[in-house]
Amino acid sequence: MKRYIIEKSKVNEWLKQIIKSTERVLAPVKDGEKVYFRPITSPQETDYDSVTTTESAKETVFPRTETLFRFKTEGKDTTLSEVSAESYPQTVLWRARPCDAVGFLPLDAIFNWDYKDNIYNLRRAKLTIVSFSCNTSDSCCFCTSVGGGPGNTEGTDILVTLLNDERALAEVVTEKGEKLISLCPTLFKAVESDEDKSSALAKISSRFTSEQVQEHLKNAFDSSIWKQQSARCIGCGACAFVCPTCACFDIQDDKCGRDGKRIRCWDSCGFSLFTKHTSGYNPRPEQSMRWRQRLLHKFSYMPDRIKVLGCTGCGRCSRACPVDMNIAEHLYSIANYNHEK
Amino acid sequence: MSNLEETARSLFKEEKVNLIIGFEEGSRHPRPFFCTSTDDIPKLILDKRCHNNTAVYLTKKDLLGTGLVGIVATLRVLKSALQLSLENQINEGQFIFIAGEDASDVQVLKDKASIQSYVDAHPEIPDSKVEERLHHIESMSREDRWAFWKNELSKCIRCYACRAACPLCYCERCVAEVNCPQWIDPWAAPLSNMEWQVNRAMHMAGRCTGCGACYEACPLDLPINLLTKELSSEISEDFGKGISGNVLSSFNPADKENFFK
Repeated sequence: MKRYIIEKSKVNEWLKQIIKSTERVLAPVKDGEKVYFRPITSPQETDYDSVTTTESAKETVFPRTETLFRFKTEGKDTTLSEVSAESYPQTVLWRARPCDAVGFLPLDAIFNWDYKDNIYNLRRAKLTIVSFSCNTSDSCCFCTSVGGGPGNTEGTDILVTLLNDERALAEVVTEKGEKLISLCPTLFKAVESDEDKSSALAKISSRFTSEQVQEHLKNAFDSSIWKQQSARCIGCGACAFVCPTCACFDIQDDKCGRDGKRIRCWDSCGFSLFTKHTSGYNPRPEQSMRWRQRLLHKFSYMPDRIKVLGCTGCGRCSRACPVDMNIAEHLYSIANYNHEK
Repeated sequence: MSNLEETARSLFKEEKVNLIIGFEEGSRHPRPFFCTSTDDIPKLILDKRCHNNTAVYLTKKDLLGTGLVGIVATLRVLKSALQLSLENQINEGQFIFIAGEDASDVQVLKDKASIQSYVDAHPEIPDSKVEERLHHIESMSREDRWAFWKNELSKCIRCYACRAACPLCYCERCVAEVNCPQWIDPWAAPLSNMEWQVNRAMHMAGRCTGCGACYEACPLDLPINLLTKELSSEISEDFGKGISGNVLSSFNPADKENFFK
């Protein structure tokens, strides 16, 4: 990893160059009370105050609605055509958070598990992530309980930390990151020694460890805790849709006469129809079973099968939930519950 | 009149309820709480911050069990319960309502008539923010209004939190999920989002009690409550204020049109 120092006052100059040389720069933009990753054309549009965006950054590689291919029927023949690779824009994700960056690792694993998803990988290859360390957090943040942290470099291309003086530290993790630095070589000064960034980071205390949760989940399938925790859950998909790692999708055909396209769109295991069979049988007929699936998938099945946790501790699901299903609070209970009873 | 804790205790003891649906302190604001034993009673709270419309649980049979259920009921909960009763979704005697706005002052209501008179005696103060926003949108030109809704609804991610939070969205199979024929495209896109939200509003016409739970549930703060609210005013203008029930399935035998006969 290379380290550079840039004057804080020069960061916008750098961003201006990035905007000039990149097809699409997505940055947090305020819209009413909410903050979204949106294309920006000038550095001033960026919102630096928010802890996180309302929605996650997954849409850069896994859009809510993705055309997989187009089809056309003529007589008995159907011709298929692929979406051209050029239509996926070269993208810089600016002022992501460390929890946004780390969220791409589970997505990479999911979309390359048994089937290598070409569209996902094309989008991913064209994405460069510039994350900014967190100097502030809110009551929903719990990254430090799931192996992350406010200054974590995992998954990012560059991590920028605004130090307590006039300087900012840029930790460059990948080649893609180095390319962005090389846009403005005069603005950056390479530093050899380890710059201590810890005093510029938010203090987020760890409430449990993912190992603790995993250990407790081993015996928890038949636990009474699921019914207890999920009683108030109203079964919407808000948690899954704002989650950086939830990747379940539905496949639909958007047809008009003989032409059409096959679409991949977000789905959620919280919906009662998610597992309903054509026969009418539903293996997860109750909300408690769907809630159990949500947590077991993230904290047990994913670590087992693809060696990565399905949670970054960003807290978006807790912020979005209409009935305050606070995930950190529920995980804490799970890690401190006797599931035998 | 009595306080919430005493009332809850007496319901468990005298009325043999198995469950009281109420509110407890949450991580950021009060949240719905399922109180299943007298040990949990101290957790019950009730004050102005208790916003969730817990009437949404009144039609969730798997949560309710078979016994008598108590529910801590704010005005919005009572209004929704009356509408659910009108639509034959809940029965008299199925629930005991602990009505009030604050834990220090609640009263027990057991039948429809007493709920109705409580609601009549507590007229809701119109939410000035909602009125203002509606007025603002009404004053727009058609083009601006279209642009406004197109912009707002294009953000919709189709998480259906609006539907899940609405006590009157109790259909076991929502029109959004019917796929033969597929009335509404299920993917998030400006047009299909519009289809969904317009359908939702139409299905709420004359039924919506104006609680705003759909808006409060929306993770993106889309002002979708304004759609149902506006439709309510239009319904009362066209069909009269006294109309009760669902305009989609109500009819007047004297109507000059005869397609429903």
